[in-house]
Amino acid sequence: MDFSLNEVQTMLADSIEKFIANEYDFDTRQKHSESNLGYSEEVWKKFAELGWTAVPYSEEDGGFDGGPVDMMVIMERLGRGLIVEPYLANIVLAGGALRRAGNSAQKSEWLHPIINGELQATLAFTEPQARYDIANILTTAVRDDESFIINGSKGYVLNGGNSKLLIVPARTAGNQKDQHGITLFGINSDTEGVSIQGYETIDGQCAAEIQLTNVSLTAANVIGEVDGGFETLQLVIADATFAISAEAVGIMNVLTEKTIEYTKNRTQFGVPISSFQALQHRMVEMYTACEQSRSIMMWAAMAVTENGEISAHAIHSLKYQICIAGTRVGEEAVQIYGGMGVTWEMDVAHYFKRLTTINLMFGNADWHLDRLANLSDP
Amino acid sequence: MNVTFTTAENEFRSEVRKYFEEEFPQDVLEKQRKAIPLTRDDTVRWHKHIYRKGWAAPNWPVEYGGTGWSSVQKYIFYDEQARASAPAFLPFGVSMVGPIVYTFGNDEQKKRFLPDILEFNTWWCQGYSEPGAGSDLASLKLRADLKGDHYVLNGTKTWTTLGQYADWIFCLVRTSSDVARRQEGISFVLVDMNQPGVSVKPIVLLDGEHEVNEIHFDNAHVPIKNLVGEEGQGWTYGKVLLQHERTAITDFASSKYMLKNLRNLCAKSIKSAEPLSKDQNFMRKVAAAEVELKALEYTELRTLASVASNKAPGPESSILKIVGTELRQRIDSLYLEASGYYALPYVRDQYDLSYSEKNRVGEGSETNASLVYFNNRKVSIYGGSNEIQKNIIAKHVLGL
Ligand SMILES: Cc1cc2nc3c(=O)[nH]c(=O)nc-3n(C[C@H](O)[C@H](O)[C@H](O)COP(=O)(O)OP(=O)(O)OC[C@H]3O[C@@H](n4cnc5c(N)ncnc54)[C@H](O)[C@@H]3O)c2cc1C
Repeated sequence: MDFSLNEVQTMLADSIEKFIANEYDFDTRQKHSESNLGYSEEVWKKFAELGWTAVPYSEEDGGFDGGPVDMMVIMERLGRGLIVEPYLANIVLAGGALRRAGNSAQKSEWLHPIINGELQATLAFTEPQARYDIANILTTAVRDDESFIINGSKGYVLNGGNSKLLIVPARTAGNQKDQHGITLFGINSDTEGVSIQGYETIDGQCAAEIQLTNVSLTAANVIGEVDGGFETLQLVIADATFAISAEAVGIMNVLTEKTIEYTKNRTQFGVPISSFQALQHRMVEMYTACEQSRSIMMWAAMAVTENGEISAHAIHSLKYQICIAGTRVGEEAVQIYGGMGVTWEMDVAHYFKRLTTINLMFGNADWHLDRLANLSDP
Repeated sequence: MNVTFTTAENEFRSEVRKYFEEEFPQDVLEKQRKAIPLTRDDTVRWHKHIYRKGWAAPNWPVEYGGTGWSSVQKYIFYDEQARASAPAFLPFGVSMVGPIVYTFGNDEQKKRFLPDILEFNTWWCQGYSEPGAGSDLASLKLRADLKGDHYVLNGTKTWTTLGQYADWIFCLVRTSSDVARRQEGISFVLVDMNQPGVSVKPIVLLDGEHEVNEIHFDNAHVPIKNLVGEEGQGWTYGKVLLQHERTAITDFASSKYMLKNLRNLCAKSIKSAEPLSKDQNFMRKVAAAEVELKALEYTELRTLASVASNKAPGPESSILKIVGTELRQRIDSLYLEASGYYALPYVRDQYDLSYSEKNRVGEGSETNASLVYFNNRKVSIYGGSNEIQKNIIAKHVLGL
């Protein structure tokens, strides 16, 4: 039994921490977030140079064979730094689909440039009517001789406005909510019939609404099996859920640390507000929420099946915990900061907004709790 | 990172499992499963049984008769103990006074007291709290005045768990009031209860059970050789003990098996009622408790792993008592809800193995849910209430 990181993981952790300490303070983050692109290309290149973008891929694909623990190490730190560069969209979502289901041509055309930081990509995992059900897909792909004609709309596509590659699940068979009959397509964003409306999101990141109107593709665009895309989609989303949960653990810890510091320095009634028991107990609860979340994250990182994927039970448990604990920590931090907590100027407010975003992504607390309730033998 | 057990650890687990399944007194297990209170005899008998197995003191050093187990082995042992529904060790001897005696006592005291604790020849109880000294323990008043070769004790201890069965009580007493800080002038003494100056009065708890007592000291005598360590230093010794107490109270392992059993109970249909597993609202609450339990399990394992690698337990260990007791109470309330109307009958005779099955109201085990629920309100109060725990974490972990 051992909860410590190995040498490589420790080095990875150190290098990200050093980067954040030296090159990514809150003002820099805000500058990147408010720029036209919504992130810094220079920083993204640096991630690639440092090898962070290669971690989850096999050596064959040009990666480092990293597993969930490595992903945990990265995401927790990206959370601490409140990083806006599109790691999730490129590396976990688009790259995650390609590494699981892409053929060698697709890997050299798309995956390698993603890893090198040269291609921006994403996975369009949801549609406006679907809420959290990733099988709920109305976008159709109709076969017409050698080609597929795609029609439909995708919502909240992370990094959608900047992506040259869109991975799009579409229905080649079955009904609206069937798991069978979903096919993944890799689509270049400049293909005719693709219209992209990019926007900012509340957490200082970017997403897009995407319309697909008679987009014509060939078999070369199909990632994995026709009709058999759901399994890949499900594994990628599970991975992404794990990743943002680890990111949330990083954020929750920062918020708790900052809140403790703030109360020691803020004086009211002639004493530091940290001396008030009403606040002390709430900070103990924030601390408890952080530790309990870290524990369950570590469990999830180790709860892997033979094929290296995290068990569904662990993913649902983790995300439920993160939603409950994250909401609590975020709201309490803001409350304990008082008026300062609700200003744009304070980093705390932005950490809170990112936590709130994570709460609503890939299933909220109720969504995951419902699935846990129905497990027959957890 | 990994949470795998070694082959040797897995073999150890099998050995412990076999002991509880085949050798341990099975009637005690049956009572435990039905939440029937154990008698004094039951308790003495099973402790002696485990003593003969050589496992009476997992937490003691080998030189005093401890098992010499690693922290992982201890974890496995407690896990199997709970899995078998075996009762937990009565803490007062083996977890509380024993460690104080071998850490701070003299050789004569070690020889005199430790073997009897180990073999359960003496029943100990804990005399810390007083009517005026609960959370604020340092305000305790029980006086011990030195008269020649003995102290004379006057005052009252209260909440003394199972004091009605005890032969000996260890007490924090005031040997001096002329002190700068109230924590000074407190001493740790061992008191023979079999004397005219000590009287025990029952306090009945809300579940109707006589579990705790008020103990009056009226010129009770304590020979000076029963003073542990130095006079006036009792607070320091007593504090060490509270640490032992806090980790013991968590009782994570039994929460784990209770929650497992609850899933099984929900899947069954009781008296042709619709099984609770069909009730999504209820099952959501079960699932939420399971997530909390999993988090607690890993917080425990993290603590264990740092202790196993000879590091001090990390700050995460400080939350165990609060989280563990809150979770336990949450599980108890789930059992209560699961029992519905049949949580309500209060037929005390049927909490006995000899009670006629024919006359049983409800299904027996479900009707005990309310008593367990009521009884366990105590877990967030004693051993340093959860509010006091938060004060401690705020000060010592968060530096507030
Ligand atoms: C079933 C049971 C068995 C027990 N067994 C034993 C035993 O064997 N031996 C023994 O010595 N003692 C025993 N105790 C006593 C136990 O340790 C005390 O009950 C406990 O220390 C709390 O003290 P109190 O009951 O006087 O409550 P109080 O100290 O009066 O507390 C009342 C409330 O005020 C809160 N409070 C108190 N101080 C603070 C503070 N500074 N900040 C915030 N909140 C505060 C408490 O958390 C609690 O909610 C037992 C108690 C019970 C219920």
